Amino acid sequence: MSEPIAAGFSPGATDDVDEARSLSQDAWRSLRKSTMFWVSVGLIGVFVLMAIWPSLFTQTDPTFGDINNVRAKPNADAWFGTDTQGYDIFARTIYGARASIIVGLAASLTTLLLGGVIGVLAGFYGGWLDALFSRVTDIFYAIPLILGGILFMASFPNGANSNYFVVVGKVVLVLTVFGWTTIARLMRSSVLQVKPNEYVLAARALGASPWRIIKSHILPNALAPAIVVATINLGVFIVVEATLSFLGIGLTPPAISWGVAISDALVAVRTYPHILLFPSLFLSLAVLAFILLGDAVRDAFDPKSR
Amino acid sequence: MGKYIVRRILQMIPVVLGATFIIFAMVFALPGDPTAGKCGDRPCSPEYVAAFREEHNLNDPLPVQYGKYLGKFVQGDLGTNYYGIPVKEDLAKRYTITGRLALMAIVFEIVIGILAGVLAGVRKGRFIDNLVTVSTLFVISIPVFVIGVLLQYQFGIKWGLVPATVPSLEAPTSSLILPAFVLGSISIAYVARLTRTNLVENLRADYVRTAVAKGLTKRRAVGVHTLRNSLIPVVTYIGADFGGLLGGAIVTERIFNIQGVGGYIWKGINSRDGVAVVSTVTVLVIVYLLVNLLVDLLYGVLDPRISHE
Repeated sequence: MSEPIAAGFSPGATDDVDEARSLSQDAWRSLRKSTMFWVSVGLIGVFVLMAIWPSLFTQTDPTFGDINNVRAKPNADAWFGTDTQGYDIFARTIYGARASIIVGLAASLTTLLLGGVIGVLAGFYGGWLDALFSRVTDIFYAIPLILGGILFMASFPNGANSNYFVVVGKVVLVLTVFGWTTIARLMRSSVLQVKPNEYVLAARALGASPWRIIKSHILPNALAPAIVVATINLGVFIVVEATLSFLGIGLTPPAISWGVAISDALVAVRTYPHILLFPSLFLSLAVLAFILLGDAVRDAFDPKSR
Repeated sequence: MGKYIVRRILQMIPVVLGATFIIFAMVFALPGDPTAGKCGDRPCSPEYVAAFREEHNLNDPLPVQYGKYLGKFVQGDLGTNYYGIPVKEDLAKRYTITGRLALMAIVFEIVIGILAGVLAGVRKGRFIDNLVTVSTLFVISIPVFVIGVLLQYQFGIKWGLVPATVPSLEAPTSSLILPAFVLGSISIAYVARLTRTNLVENLRADYVRTAVAKGLTKRRAVGVHTLRNSLIPVVTYIGADFGGLLGGAIVTERIFNIQGVGGYIWKGINSRDGVAVVSTVTVLVIVYLLVNLLVDLLYGVLDPRISHE
């Protein structure tokens, strides 16, 4: 640390340099100085606000299609123009944030929970439990995410009047079922790295319960890589949702989402590229923000990359 | 070595069984009637429907159906699809084109990805490094179908440099260049980033300093000493990606109208052709596991410290 020591003779000033900091405090200190971190947090903040409170950004009704005014170029009334159905693209893009953000956040959380629990149990207990969980992980790992998603969504398709949360929940479910394995493998290997440490042995010798050892010794030291991957996966899940929607089986109209909008726009790409541009741009920005956040957090937790 | 391979292959058996059962169960749950529309405008006669369901074991409960399917599968019989054509014949035709597509995508990953990663890693913090880091981020954050449709429009239709679609199974390799690039695009970006990160980390290692100190040229210190160690995670990634490429081919093949394995799965799902889907995916899973075994064996070549004895 090259912090200048404050002028004067205040004894407290030098203490700051030698202060013992935990890994997470250390990471937070370097995160605070990272521009990438604040840029991505700012972007994510805007998208989350868009998801919670879309009417803050636009007064236009995204479900009103003006048939007399289809495929209009961007103009003063409709900032991003109108699409093939006469919907206002700006309003659709703002309201579309909700589906992508919910799918990304929810799928990331559930994969982190499921993969985390399985990885920790397999790594901590070892033996037959590890053998069983590792084989189950291998099984799901061998099925590519897109392929599993396509099959699942084809087997349980959305009806015309399906509830919005059922439609979104199904996509989250399929991403969870086929997407938890990377986290589980990662978690298992970091638990295996932490387990032989002296402080874990000491805790065990002092008679701490397995739950206590996991909670206060293993998890704080093994969680960082999994959180980084979960953050980056958030972007990946948003893209997979869009891909399933592109194939016509992910989110389906009347649900408003970037994936559905992109899929609709692709037919007219040769003549009206602006219909494609705006939802793609927002989707890519959201994905970019989560990848940048993951990168920034990884750099902060990994002293080697500094 | 031999013992290691045998153990790995034995470990694959439960994985293949589990993965195919999951696929089988999902196909079993596919809604709709496979005999719908098979008899033209008229509904099919009850006798035909009964015979069809009997022939394809559609009246049995799920575990029995799966058991019967497996029984045939271990004898090398992949079954016949609902049009009476052996799935094996269909797959043999379609795997040639998808295999070519996937291999070309991997070549792109290796050539462009590793080259870009090395250039960026060696000149860390300079213009080329920033260029690679920023452009790979862009590629990763744009969905592959948007990249595909845009490149198809630009190169195939506007400029007419390459055919926009590849409908023939015997298509020349040149017509597969664009689809293969699209298929591999995101992985190219990941490979470049992974190579860069590992190279930068290893360039600071003591053995590289030693290599430079004893008078080796930079080319040799990087090319021989650093790169070999930095490539292990990259090789793992490319191996694991192979399965993803075969799965991702569903999207790419739809954009470019390629009649490969991806298209076959898609068609099978839409026509409720269970046997076709399950057999295709099973072969895919086995290929994927074998590639991963090959990658693990390759570790020993890259890093003599890893041994499988």
